[in-house]
Amino acid sequence: MSEIRLQIDGKEVIAREGMTLLEATQRIGISIPTLCYHEKLEPFGGCRLCLVEIESGGNTKLVVSCVYPVEENLVVRTQSEKIDRIRKTILELLLAHAPDSPELQDLAQEYNADKDRFEKEASFCIHCGLCVRYCAEVKKLNAVGFVDRGIKKEISFIPEIAAKECSRCMECFPLCPTSYLQAAYVLIEALAFSGASSGTKSKE
Amino acid sequence: MLKINTSVELEEIRKEILSKRDPKKPCLTLCSGTACHATGSKEVALAIEKEFEKQKLTKAVDFRRTGCHGFCEKGPIIIIYPENICYLQVTPEDIPDIFSHTLKEKKVVDRLLYVDPSTGEKITYESDIPFYKNQERLVFTNQKIDPASVEDYLAIGGFQALVNVLFEMTPVEVIEEVKGARLRGRGGGGFPAGIKWEFTRNAPGKPKYVVVNCDEGDPGAYMDRSLMEGNPFGVLEGLLIGGYAIGAHEGYFYVRQEYPLALKNLGIAIDHAEEYGLLGKDILGSGFDFNVKVHRGAGAFVCGEETALLKSLEGKVGEPRPRPPYPAVKGLWDKPTNINNVETWANVPLIINKGANVFTSIGTEGSKGTKIFSLVGKINNTGLVEVPIGITLRDIIYKIGGGIPGGKKFKAVQTGGPSGGCIPEELLDLEVGFDELTRAGSMMGSGGMIVMDEDTCMVDVARYFINFLSDESCGKCVPCREGLRQMDKILTNMTEGRGKEGDIELLEVLSETAVEASLCALGSTAPNPFRSTFRYFRDEYEAHIREQKCPALSCKELISYYIDPEKCRACLICLKNCPADAIDGGKKMIHIVDQEKCTNCGNCFEVCPAKFDAVKKISGEPVPSHVPEEQRMIIKKSKEK
Repeated sequence: MSEIRLQIDGKEVIAREGMTLLEATQRIGISIPTLCYHEKLEPFGGCRLCLVEIESGGNTKLVVSCVYPVEENLVVRTQSEKIDRIRKTILELLLAHAPDSPELQDLAQEYNADKDRFEKEASFCIHCGLCVRYCAEVKKLNAVGFVDRGIKKEISFIPEIAAKECSRCMECFPLCPTSYLQAAYVLIEALAFSGASSGTKSKE
Repeated sequence: MLKINTSVELEEIRKEILSKRDPKKPCLTLCSGTACHATGSKEVALAIEKEFEKQKLTKAVDFRRTGCHGFCEKGPIIIIYPENICYLQVTPEDIPDIFSHTLKEKKVVDRLLYVDPSTGEKITYESDIPFYKNQERLVFTNQKIDPASVEDYLAIGGFQALVNVLFEMTPVEVIEEVKGARLRGRGGGGFPAGIKWEFTRNAPGKPKYVVVNCDEGDPGAYMDRSLMEGNPFGVLEGLLIGGYAIGAHEGYFYVRQEYPLALKNLGIAIDHAEEYGLLGKDILGSGFDFNVKVHRGAGAFVCGEETALLKSLEGKVGEPRPRPPYPAVKGLWDKPTNINNVETWANVPLIINKGANVFTSIGTEGSKGTKIFSLVGKINNTGLVEVPIGITLRDIIYKIGGGIPGGKKFKAVQTGGPSGGCIPEELLDLEVGFDELTRAGSMMGSGGMIVMDEDTCMVDVARYFINFLSDESCGKCVPCREGLRQMDKILTNMTEGRGKEGDIELLEVLSETAVEASLCALGSTAPNPFRSTFRYFRDEYEAHIREQKCPALSCKELISYYIDPEKCRACLICLKNCPADAIDGGKKMIHIVDQEKCTNCGNCFEVCPAKFDAVKKISGEPVPSHVPEEQRMIIKKSKEK
């Protein structure tokens, strides 16, 4: 693997080919906020919170650092007024779903995001996909998945798989930045396999 | 039909086909595209077949069922060659007259001719009708061929470009020709096709794939459908040329399931091409192998986005993925893939046959060739039009489209599909081109053109398209899914009288977030409907927010109907037509609308006789109070005074 030299926030960085900008910034100790990123999982690029500004050939644009590959001579800025404004808006959109999520609250404080800027939404899910991807990529079980699309998209446990697998795993629960995942599981458990031994209750 | 083994054999067959065809022999063609199916072309075709047998003309006159002719407003359309006589809105009952008058006696059936609405003059020949006269038909040539007949395609020079490419040009020369033509992607992105081809050719990895994007999803747009239905061989030839140039031996057609006729005709074309040896191994003895497969899309708007389309083709959920890597490097099954829209591929044989120089002689500085638009909405001549790029919007709307119906005033034209923008009257002289439309805050998109008249509310237009996009968003990234959800709510509130100060600022910040931070082009262009309408029709937004007023009198929640007591003649018509029982009145008793009961359906407004003009539609002002009971009786007003 060849080495790639780039500049991040004024610092020269040497990265390996195939690395993402996020990985390169982590190397030099610069922190970028993320929600859907997880080191064990393939990059997703869904929450867009980790966006940074790149400059290449005189043009600047915003890209998402968890999926954008390092390029030779790229100039990267991880903070600017515009970046902060967009991160703030993204957080405010997510706070409409999960105003009480500690992870979101911490970020909201950092970016001065107003949790009441948008009307509240019924679902807590912020569609980070951590549960779905963890179950598919790490556990290879696909017990939880996305259903529907657009603004109607939500996560759902597949009863046939969940009834067999979930009660002894539940490794996705702590990944959820909101409390939605566990609620969804409890619901499906109650509806679809009421006879099965209740994993959630036995652990309490 | 035997397999054609060499290019020489192909030319011999072409000569043979042409030698059997007498250009003077009468030929009756009937458009049989999906739009004309809807207006009854199938029944007309049956009537024609019957009449042929009855009149024993089967040998003397040819009959050809072609794809869409474009003038869908006036379908079904019959054209009689060689004279080029054009009959519009033909019904099965008209067929005997066409046979006895035109085919036998060489006379014209007057009542089926086009009537110029401005002069009242009847026009006999297709080429003289303004709708056609002002177009430049180079790619959209459906009326010349039966889409199921390879012989028809060969007769108009089909596969000539393929032969030239396979035997006279290297792949690199083909790419240089397409680059020289500066053909830009017709599906919306407008990226130079030749450069995309070159990227794919030069990308490491094998095999390489070429893909036809026929996942046309814009409401009201059907250019690609018509090309696929009407001339699938043309698209196939373009794909074959691209495959050769790029070094691909496999091609995919991604066609919406909702396009059954396109799928059927494409299937027939592929079968014929395989039978003739124009697909498969060692095509025409050139040593080039190429096969195609057809994939039916399940009908998600977002699958028109190239990375989502490729995911869907792989059998996965059709969600876009981040670029880079671009499909040219890592596409279908992670292999280098070149994906172009139907119309882009259909332009390729033209470029090879005519040369890049001829192609670049048409168009503007940055956009070359012609473009097919689907002209719909408040326009007299609804249909598909192919025009040289650089033509003005005014020429398209007035010269070809015949202007706005009902004497209404033009307000805006929405170009570029749901995520395009609305262009106002003061920009009607804008030259249509990729960069020109983008600068005006809209885009070329795949060629949708929706004309709006003075009765259209621009806030409601923005709401409609944002709502469409929020439903069609794949839902993966936050700026698009959540941003559009909020934009839809804010705009809906405005159109229902709940707009408030600060809404515009919210819409602007959500637009910026979606444009800058979305994963794919659906999200990054989605705010265009808001941004362009706000840019040109700011006062309408302000009226909705500050005065709860809809200046176009279109938003149902913001309007009221009332009956002008001075004008009401107590004719009872509105009263009888009110489905909500909201009109009170009687014979010789001035009618009044009970605002509590009124559902704003507008029936009373529609049915009130024009000579009375008593029902009024108002917005942003209080409904005048009822005329006192004692003054409601109509006692011949003139005498009273």
